[in-house]
Amino acid sequence: MRGFGKLLLAQAKLFLREPAATFFTIVFAPMLLLLFGTIYGNKPNPFFGGRGMVDVSVPSYIAIIIISVGFMGIPIATASSREAGVLRRFRMTPLRPAAYIASNIVSYYAMTVVGVVFLVLVGKAVYGMRFDGSVLSVAAGFTLSALAFFSLGYLIAGAAPTARSAQAVGMIFAFPMMFLSGSAIPLEVLPPSVRAVSNFIPLTHVVTLMRGLWAGESWGAHLTELAVLGGLLVVGMALSARFFRWE
Amino acid sequence: MADAPAIVLEALHKSYGDVRAVDGISFSVPRGEIFGMVGPNGAGKTTTIECLEGLRKPSFGTARVLGLDPERQGYELRERIGVQLQSSALPDRLKVREILDLFSAFYRKSVPWPPLLDELGLAEKAGAHFGKLSGGQKQRLFIALALLNDPEIVFLDELTTGLDPQARRAMWDLVKGIRAKGKTVFLTTHYMEEATQLCDRVAVIDHGRIVALDSPARLIASLGAENRVVFTAEGADPGLFRALPGVSRVESAEGRIAVYGAGDDLVVHVVMALAGAKIKFRDLRTEQPTLEDVFLVLTGAAMRE
Repeated sequence: MRGFGKLLLAQAKLFLREPAATFFTIVFAPMLLLLFGTIYGNKPNPFFGGRGMVDVSVPSYIAIIIISVGFMGIPIATASSREAGVLRRFRMTPLRPAAYIASNIVSYYAMTVVGVVFLVLVGKAVYGMRFDGSVLSVAAGFTLSALAFFSLGYLIAGAAPTARSAQAVGMIFAFPMMFLSGSAIPLEVLPPSVRAVSNFIPLTHVVTLMRGLWAGESWGAHLTELAVLGGLLVVGMALSARFFRWE
Repeated sequence: MADAPAIVLEALHKSYGDVRAVDGISFSVPRGEIFGMVGPNGAGKTTTIECLEGLRKPSFGTARVLGLDPERQGYELRERIGVQLQSSALPDRLKVREILDLFSAFYRKSVPWPPLLDELGLAEKAGAHFGKLSGGQKQRLFIALALLNDPEIVFLDELTTGLDPQARRAMWDLVKGIRAKGKTVFLTTHYMEEATQLCDRVAVIDHGRIVALDSPARLIASLGAENRVVFTAEGADPGLFRALPGVSRVESAEGRIAVYGAGDDLVVHVVMALAGAKIKFRDLRTEQPTLEDVFLVLTGAAMRE
């Protein structure tokens, strides 16, 4: 894995120098939180099972961060470095593909974690957000969700013929998912007809899992989410490996 | 093994569907040589170089680089070769020094990069983002990357395409400098002048085959093509030059006279004849056949730029 560390560092720098990526990963979710927090406050509400708007929004917004990185950041960056010939240039060195891909995944994962930590800090500091779960359990659920959606992001990058089409495909899936999964708008607010559709949206399972674990529910109550996200991860990894192209 | 050839190609074929991009190319390149492949775009140069670099698998035939099979021993090979690709890029927002630092980490051994940047005239660009570099600066950075692992062979694919004439000449000096360090240079170009200036030997490629392989001087000589001396001398009798040694024919039109013939001293004979007959002349030039003419004769087609 020679080169892995330096590559990880370079990819983290690149990520932070890309304003759109930084915005959607680190700024966007806390901004939404401040916006809706200002409007609705965080008073306990029977509508959310005795929790406040912010208590429910923080775990839901984690799904927004995951989908932004997975369906926009990863496909666009991967397909454009392929298209420009950056991957070709790397391939002319003894760098192993596994080292390249591992450093890529780890850097996206690390950035997503930074985004989540920042969101949680804002929720805690500004609204005294409630957290009834176990950190370990939430971290495990987050990691499963993030890796599942990252693998789909690499699949989009590999299957799309150009960087432009990768961007289009990523966005066409990302935005409807954000609004229909309960990540941007709580499921409780949505009409029943929309909620029926939500069940078929993969991101809904991230929201359900994160909200559940946040409130201290056990994994046993979320076997559906575990199965769906685990399945997506396995299928996504297999297909993205199959479709990955250096040029 | 020091005198084993750097590169050996035997009957290399590469087809894409029905298209034979490379149709039986064989040659060997000794260490320390600057070897060039010339030919128009689409002749099969890049496919050949990519088979040598292990980027493509030959349909048939063998390639050996430093005794290694590029396809099976690619990682080992890439420790020992440097490559400048015809089309490649680096992330726009990485700085030059970050790029060199990063690529140094990919190799078992690498040379310190600051002297390399100095040598390539990029020292003051170390803190610049890749995206902000000019075409020539990017190209020099790619050369720095190709030299970073102190390679035994350097592959340069269409090194000067898209550069202005001044930058192109500067690049030629760089290539000569690389060879002066004892490295083998394998390059492709579709500029005949570049091949003439740089290469010890040239393989002329057309439609996936080698149509000639020799030193530029010998390729030109093999044409048996004539030199010519052209000048303007109003009122001169063209017949005066026909009898000169080595002259094969004389053409004249509107006071402009062209004397064709063989031998390096053709111009001496012509000037002496002009002086002896006290003829005033101006705009005298001598024109030698070039590699361009070789290509024209061998392929029956002008180079497509």
